[in-house]
Amino acid sequence: MSENIKFIQGNEACVEAALYGGLDFYAGYPITPSTEIAEHMAVRLPQIGGKFIQMEDEIASIAAIIGASLTGHKVMTATSGPGFSLMQEGLGYAVMAEIPCVIVNVQRGGPSTGLPTNVGQGDVMQAQWGSHGDYSIVAITASNNQDVFNMTVHAFNIAETYRTPVILLFDEVIGHMRERVDIPEKGEINLVERLKTQIKTGVDFHPYLPREDGRLPMSDFGGVHRYNVTGLAHDMWGFPTNDPQIVHGLLRHLVDKINNNVQEITRYKEYCMDDAELVLVSYGSTARSALHVVNNRRKRGERLGLLELQTLWPFPYSLVKEKCAKASYIGVVELNMGQVVQLVRNAVDKPERVFLINRIDGVFISPTDIRNTLRVIQGKGM
Amino acid sequence: MERSRLVFSGSGGQGVITAAIILAEAAVVYENLIAVQSQSYGPEARGGATRSDIIISDTEINFPKVTQPNILVCLTQESYTKYSPIVRPGGMLITDTRYVKTYKRVAARQKELPIYYSVMEKIGKPIVLNICTLGAVIALTGLVSPESIMKVIEKRMPPNFLNMNRDALYLGLNIGEDAK
Amino acid sequence: MAVRDYIRDRFFPHMWCPGCGHGIVLNNMLRAIETLELSKNDIVMVSGIGCSSRISGYVDFHTLHTIHGRALAFATGVKMSRPELTLIVPMGDGDALAIGGNHFIHAARRNIDMTAIIMNNRIYGMTGGQYSPLSGYGARASTAPYMNIDQDFDVVQLSKAAGATFVARSTTYHVQQMTDIIRQAISHKGFSVVEILSQCPTYFGRQNKLGTAVDMMTRYKDTTTPIGSKAKKQNPDLIERGIFVQKEMPEYCTEYEKVIERAGGGA
Repeated sequence: MSENIKFIQGNEACVEAALYGGLDFYAGYPITPSTEIAEHMAVRLPQIGGKFIQMEDEIASIAAIIGASLTGHKVMTATSGPGFSLMQEGLGYAVMAEIPCVIVNVQRGGPSTGLPTNVGQGDVMQAQWGSHGDYSIVAITASNNQDVFNMTVHAFNIAETYRTPVILLFDEVIGHMRERVDIPEKGEINLVERLKTQIKTGVDFHPYLPREDGRLPMSDFGGVHRYNVTGLAHDMWGFPTNDPQIVHGLLRHLVDKINNNVQEITRYKEYCMDDAELVLVSYGSTARSALHVVNNRRKRGERLGLLELQTLWPFPYSLVKEKCAKASYIGVVELNMGQVVQLVRNAVDKPERVFLINRIDGVFISPTDIRNTLRVIQGKGM
Repeated sequence: MERSRLVFSGSGGQGVITAAIILAEAAVVYENLIAVQSQSYGPEARGGATRSDIIISDTEINFPKVTQPNILVCLTQESYTKYSPIVRPGGMLITDTRYVKTYKRVAARQKELPIYYSVMEKIGKPIVLNICTLGAVIALTGLVSPESIMKVIEKRMPPNFLNMNRDALYLGLNIGEDAK
Repeated sequence: MAVRDYIRDRFFPHMWCPGCGHGIVLNNMLRAIETLELSKNDIVMVSGIGCSSRISGYVDFHTLHTIHGRALAFATGVKMSRPELTLIVPMGDGDALAIGGNHFIHAARRNIDMTAIIMNNRIYGMTGGQYSPLSGYGARASTAPYMNIDQDFDVVQLSKAAGATFVARSTTYHVQQMTDIIRQAISHKGFSVVEILSQCPTYFGRQNKLGTAVDMMTRYKDTTTPIGSKAKKQNPDLIERGIFVQKEMPEYCTEYEKVIERAGGGA
């Protein structure tokens, strides 16, 4: 059997994918249910000459990866609930200073310490709105370990392309579940490398002046271009400014570079959607339970479909609107009090046809749970 | 093949999770089957009751948890009390005679196997109880071949433990055959 | 290279208040760097938030102006990923030891090769004069209008206990000593801490009736003494200046190279 077939946890698939994607620096702090990512990184990184460091907390972890990214490395940290909260200021800094990095949040039940060993999907809104101020973020998820691999590589590519932090919003079920992962050969998945400036020594370098295509070539710390990086509003040299025109341009750039590229960033999967009267929308582990229900109902001739979102931010409003246009009912399956369901309601023409199918008790939602709610939805005769 | 849903349960330190992973990995990597394994986490995984779910199939597995196992293994009285009610009617319930006293009311084929006593008599090291149990499970179910299990063990375990684990696996196979 | 070549002179005059000690620190830090003949491309300066942190904007190195208290954590990522670079991390007392206290002790514990310069003015200047962990019992501040009851840290003792392998103290009055100490701190392989007493006439001085900047600097002359001096024996209240710790210990990045070797990842 091929060495490339692995039977591993989602957390380990994430590690292997990060290495495949070119990661060579990781800083993190142990927290359930993400810890296996740190443990595997500690083993794997020095094997390839990369660096692993366990920092004193999550604040330091995100700070360290930002520092390492500036020297030209692909970097990542991983955490869960409370740790993700602690990272929010650093995340905002990475947004403002446009530092490519990947932050994994293996979601558990919250709020606060919540349910460390149980599954939750309550951090969807936090992923976009957790840090202060206006900005756009990329958040990606997956429902099986092969997709964890693919989406992790995608996350590194997006981070480099748009010079942005990317959040991998996994969950406890996916992180801990073991299943088959086929590690692709080198070159099978395209990798985006850091865009470096061609400006020569001595010529004025503008680290924050976007090219016509919106991308910003970087220069590694330690190289020939010495520039300033700051979390303050800054000009094209990276120096602080309060100039309203420059600040306006900066904010627009930060948001537009993500929001104008929704199509390029968006990944999704669809199952039995062509003639679906009842569309389930789900993401992460819960998409598995939803798909179970769709497959079983289809066998009985019922027209159910599943739209599985892999990109949650920027939220693919047009995609959801288009895919749900013909549905009589839409059920959003998620493990929170209703986060993506609100976004779906904003996306579709008839928000009153969108229902929440959820669990919030730390127990993974089962096909039976979904069926029970569907009975209520359909029983209303709407 | 019929989809198999298994729950391995016992107490922390008995190696039930390791056994579950080895079984599922053997199915995936060496028998080209589809398998998903998950386990309970938290305080209970640090010495209390542990549980691992395995689904093995030849078609795609979506919902990864086992709600009604058709094969349930209980290696402690506590796990027997907790999980025996969820076994699928007509399913199989495997227990160890030293650790578990069974009740009559369970609607499953109960296999009370002398795994612990055999391990102590033939090998003398209780550490291989899990691999011996795994041998009994595959003998009773035919889920995967012993060779596939051995390949995973060779990959996962230190070489100086290989012989002991092989002995335990084949001892378990015999126990399982005898109980058919 | 002239000291002037190390600065970004288009940003001068600097933004610090008249009489502030931080400009003196900038001046003498650059003189120290000049004597070491370091290339500008090899120096990364990482700072946090506060008056002190603005120092990074004025120097023509790779400069990383980060978030409050976290400069050492950012610097750890830079250093570990490019160990050949020289890391200098100027911080204020609140920045380094209140919000950044945890990062400070852990960077010291790891003995990662970088130089932490704590510009200690005993106050939060940028926000207008609130008490810091170094204001000390009895001080006045805008948030201690009835006298501060917080005890202060002894930066030297804290650094020693946390494992820093170079620990020194000087003041903005003792500029030659300051330059010499910073030079040795940067040359030292390991985590170096340099505490510089730096006057804030605008807030700490005014709130505590300490007079002008010159009065405050004169006070540094009168209230400090070289380590182990006779004067210290006669007057134990004097604050000692000089190098308290200078020792060789395994450095973090060098040790990690050994981890890579043990893992079989050496090139």
